[in-house]
Amino acid sequence: MSVLVYTENWDGKFKKLSFELVSFACEIAKTLNTNVVALSIGKVNDDELNKLGTYGASKILNVQNENLINLNNQAYTSVLAQAAAKEGATLIVFAHNNTGKAIAPRLSVRLKAGLATGVLALPSNFQPFTIAKKVFTAKAIANVVIKTPVSIVTLLQNAFGVFETPVAASIEAFNPEIKDNELKTEVKDVNKVSGKILLTDAEIVVSGGRGMKGPENWGSIEELATLLGAGTACSRPVSDEGWRPHEEHTGQTGKILAPNLYIACGISGAIQHLGGISGSKCIVAINKDPDAPIFEAADYGIVGDVLKVLPEMITAVKELKGN
Amino acid sequence: MKILVCISNVPDTTTKIKFTDNNTAFDQAGVQWIINPWDELALTRALDIKDAQAGMVEEITVINVGLAATEPTIRKALAIGADKGIRINAEPKDAFTVASQLADVISKESFDIILCGIESSDSNGNNVGGMLSELLDMPSVSSVSHFDIKDGKVELKREIDGGQETVSTPIPFVGIVQKGIAKEPRIPSMRGIMGARTKPLQVIEAIQTETLTEFATYDLPKPKAACKKIDPDNVKELVQLLHNEAKVI
Ligand SMILES: Cc1cc2nc3c(=O)[nH]c(=O)nc-3n(C[C@H](O)[C@H](O)[C@H](O)COP(=O)(O)OP(=O)(O)OC[C@H]3O[C@@H](n4cnc5c(N)ncnc54)[C@H](O)[C@@H]3O)c2cc1C
Repeated sequence: MSVLVYTENWDGKFKKLSFELVSFACEIAKTLNTNVVALSIGKVNDDELNKLGTYGASKILNVQNENLINLNNQAYTSVLAQAAAKEGATLIVFAHNNTGKAIAPRLSVRLKAGLATGVLALPSNFQPFTIAKKVFTAKAIANVVIKTPVSIVTLLQNAFGVFETPVAASIEAFNPEIKDNELKTEVKDVNKVSGKILLTDAEIVVSGGRGMKGPENWGSIEELATLLGAGTACSRPVSDEGWRPHEEHTGQTGKILAPNLYIACGISGAIQHLGGISGSKCIVAINKDPDAPIFEAADYGIVGDVLKVLPEMITAVKELKGN
Repeated sequence: MKILVCISNVPDTTTKIKFTDNNTAFDQAGVQWIINPWDELALTRALDIKDAQAGMVEEITVINVGLAATEPTIRKALAIGADKGIRINAEPKDAFTVASQLADVISKESFDIILCGIESSDSNGNNVGGMLSELLDMPSVSSVSHFDIKDGKVELKREIDGGQETVSTPIPFVGIVQKGIAKEPRIPSMRGIMGARTKPLQVIEAIQTETLTEFATYDLPKPKAACKKIDPDNVKELVQLLHNEAKVI
């Protein structure tokens, strides 16, 4: 028996997200009286792999294979299936990100293991395995019962947190079999945005809506974001208008974020937008309309002109950081 | 080529969500049903390609697993421009059942491109497309934000964390699409709506399948404490509160 975690790396480095998954798995493994096995695919050095032990992974399966440099849904599914069999995994944990969403459903069929995606807390019960996830675009929570002996979950980023439970981890080279007919898709080109804080990783997000009036006013959003070490986001009409790039579009049809702090500038708070931000720990709204629905979702609010408020906020943050 | 778009019948995105039977069932009273937004965009992209490359796309079919009440949603897809519709007569109990029903029908036909939305706006599952591809033993490309057919080959853009990849795949395959695939869904024209009435909508009886999961109970999110309003002339106070009270900066 074990809990298997797929820990993705980015250019050989793990992110907070990977450590969060291991922390989550470790907490469950304690209850089940079993251990956590992490699976890493790609070139990651031993120092980096050992970091997974800090969060409770006692074994790390290290897969290095020329054919697995880029994500291939079928081949990665095979790797996970073979690892799950070898380790007798009763629970397999993925991140609820592009990779997790790509592999988990295939693995669910391959192992005939029930899948709950976008889960937001530890299982509430193990007999039967029951876990909470968001449904209806965050308007409700469903308690999903998995009826099969093996369960698969994808964990919503920032839903659990990162906790250290240091154990001595053993690193084991793992060479799963990959069949040629599992390598049908081919990655021709990779285009990475570098240097910017990834929105889904950001602890703080400064976001602008149509109330910002035009792309020329984004200087203050960017300045505030830089000061706070934050990512920048926007509402859908803003990206539709081309004021901001599509990666920033947040909401039901865009990114789902759960930062510690979300600052909504000139955003009305339409239900589809709220679907993407309701997991935030703290929401600040700046809007000139006192009846804007964003104030119902917000913890702190200023009713006023965002173009006047933002520069004052920048000054106040500078003062705070200066102290 | 033949394109199949899998469509899910979901409550309108502005629906107020309520539950009945001791929070074990979604309250459908007064709910407006729509084509799942992602699926509608997938259909739009399929139609765009068909229009742009006459002769390349032979036929666009939409398929739904649902009881008779979902037919208006399938008719809407026909009104938007799909050539024919299929309804598999089963209650979509969980993602595995839906994928199993779809796989059974699809394996008896010959579709080249099978499109699914990344998630349906009710269960927020991200499940059916991937499960279907595995059941059919086909390659899948997920998080697809664009695709094109060039010289009979399919080329896709796939979103990754912090960037984008260009991916090629042989057919048949399952494409799981998300934001970017089409800008706005097509609106049915009057002619489209009239025409949809006479387009074929085949009903296929369901096979025996099993479920792997069950949505046992539902909860509504806890109501939030009232928003603390700060005077616009005292922005400094907001920053202080975020620092000292909320401890987020
Ligand atoms: C199927 C579907 C899916 C959708 N998905 C999404 C999604 O994923 N994400 C998303 O964001 N939207 C989505 N939408 C659109 C959504 O319904 C709203 O239209 C959108 O969120 C509104 O964006 P906004 O708040 O920027 O603009 P508006 O609604 O125009 O609001 C602008 C706000 O700015 C305020 N304002 C104006 N000037 C100032 C000023 N000087 N100072 C302060 N405040 C000011 C106004 O009071 C107003 O509240 C979706 C819609 C549909 C139908």
